[in-house]
Amino acid sequence: MKHYEVEILDAKTRDKLCFLDKVEPNATIAEIKNLFTKSHPQWYPARQSLRLDPKGKSLKDEDVLQNLPVGTTATLYFRDLGAQISWVTVFLTEYAGPLLIYLLFYFRVPFIYGPKYDFTSSKHSVVHLACICHSFHYIKRLLETLFVHRFSHGTMPLRNIFKNCTYYWGFAAWMAYYINHPLYTPPTYGDKQVKLALIIFLFCQLGNFSIHIALRNLRPAGSKTRKIPYPTKNPFTWLFLLVSCPNYTYELGSWIGFAIMTQCLPVALFSLVGFIQMTIWAKGKHRSYLKEFRDYPPLRSPIIPFLL
Amino acid sequence: MASSEEDGAGGGGSLEEKEKGRKRRLGALATAWLIGYNIAMTAGWLVLAIAMARFYMQKGTYKGLYKTIQKTLKFFQTFAVLEVVHCAVGIVHTSVLVTGVQVSSRIFMVWFITHSIKQIQNEESVILFLVVWTVTEITRYSFYTFNLLNHLPYFIKWARYNFFIILYPAGVAGELLTIYAALPYVKKTGIFSLRLPNKYNVSFDYYYFLIIVMASYIPLFPQLYFHMLWQRRKVLHGEVIVEKDD
Repeated sequence: MKHYEVEILDAKTRDKLCFLDKVEPNATIAEIKNLFTKSHPQWYPARQSLRLDPKGKSLKDEDVLQNLPVGTTATLYFRDLGAQISWVTVFLTEYAGPLLIYLLFYFRVPFIYGPKYDFTSSKHSVVHLACICHSFHYIKRLLETLFVHRFSHGTMPLRNIFKNCTYYWGFAAWMAYYINHPLYTPPTYGDKQVKLALIIFLFCQLGNFSIHIALRNLRPAGSKTRKIPYPTKNPFTWLFLLVSCPNYTYELGSWIGFAIMTQCLPVALFSLVGFIQMTIWAKGKHRSYLKEFRDYPPLRSPIIPFLL
Repeated sequence: MASSEEDGAGGGGSLEEKEKGRKRRLGALATAWLIGYNIAMTAGWLVLAIAMARFYMQKGTYKGLYKTIQKTLKFFQTFAVLEVVHCAVGIVHTSVLVTGVQVSSRIFMVWFITHSIKQIQNEESVILFLVVWTVTEITRYSFYTFNLLNHLPYFIKWARYNFFIILYPAGVAGELLTIYAALPYVKKTGIFSLRLPNKYNVSFDYYYFLIIVMASYIPLFPQLYFHMLWQRRKVLHGEVIVEKDD
């Protein structure tokens, strides 16, 4: 068995960073990353991007050296992806924030609505229901992050957390301020509107959860395989017949429900911004499904059946 | 920033070479439209300039000047919205965002400040930004027109890349002072503000919004000003080479 030699150059400066001799032919990129870290401890594997071409695509961790189009002396180009943080940490901070921030407004802690209202409680029952729904939504998300989701990428760049937290926390504060305001105006059509909204909200929460479970079952623990998701026995997952990312469809529905329930313009705006962002993600996912699977169901659209 | 000096808001770029390359790709119809549009806008701002000069010479005061010219001003300034459309459809190769910000800041000054808050219409600061805008726009639109016609007189090019050194800060000063003068009236009348309780469960305070707008000039002004200075050096320096080649 012949050994390979691997040299790693900086993708920008072309400086030689590392030379590995006697690399097993069946070594994976992940193993090479580990070897590289030994000489450059500041670049832990998740920070590294290795490519065959300085401007090309990053090699996958599970790519095997001898299957790559390289000679016995392979040249890889390295790019630093910047400080990384695990997805789980990001999601937990993103979601714990809104949960707590909303509750601060709900309990009307001092310095928000004036001393007269400190720790008072709203006379409108919808305000209490909204608090339950909002908390339920984020607790569900937190629990799903911990126990349901399987992440295909371990980490993301650290700066994302600042961006995402500003978005989630800022919107949560803006919405909570008005919903829990002493001068809050309850929905125009009263109980009927609240009930309808609650049904939409709960239906979509259940749907969203069902999709997350279905996606989890699609990917066995520890693996990175990708498959086409199909409807299961659970009727909520039948939306997979029509859209590629029904989890986003249900998420959008939840927020529309919450907006109808509270009749609060900031909630509607949050739904709109979320919708735009989720459409972008869903289109990307849809495109990668189409690219990866030739037999991908043609009826599906990214997020809204037949439309988007 | 409403001074619209930034190199993007109108019908053409700065370098002639770039312009020629662009026209080859641009259809005759689009070019004709842009030329017509820029001529109309130049004419419009010239009419404004003449109206303002005549008013001042006849009355000897600027009091009431805004009132007499407001219709023309609103008409032509609102028509600048088409510049954003030009960028959006791609017949002008500038960022929609940059042009959008500039045009909307002008529209904001005209409609949501000067038109809406009648008490400030006779302030000196209004006259200041009106004069600055008029000179800027006449230079800018005629620059685009001649550029599109491929006959750009040097003095127009010179004016476009030198006037702003004074006009830009002056315009900003005029705009800021006008908004500042409007603040007490905005507070008193509660114009454009939405208070709780209301059925949308949201509130908006135009007074604080205006303060944020004024504060946003601090980071934006130097950025655009230095960008223009850089543009100026590039264009007026490149000018010599282009002339020699011809």
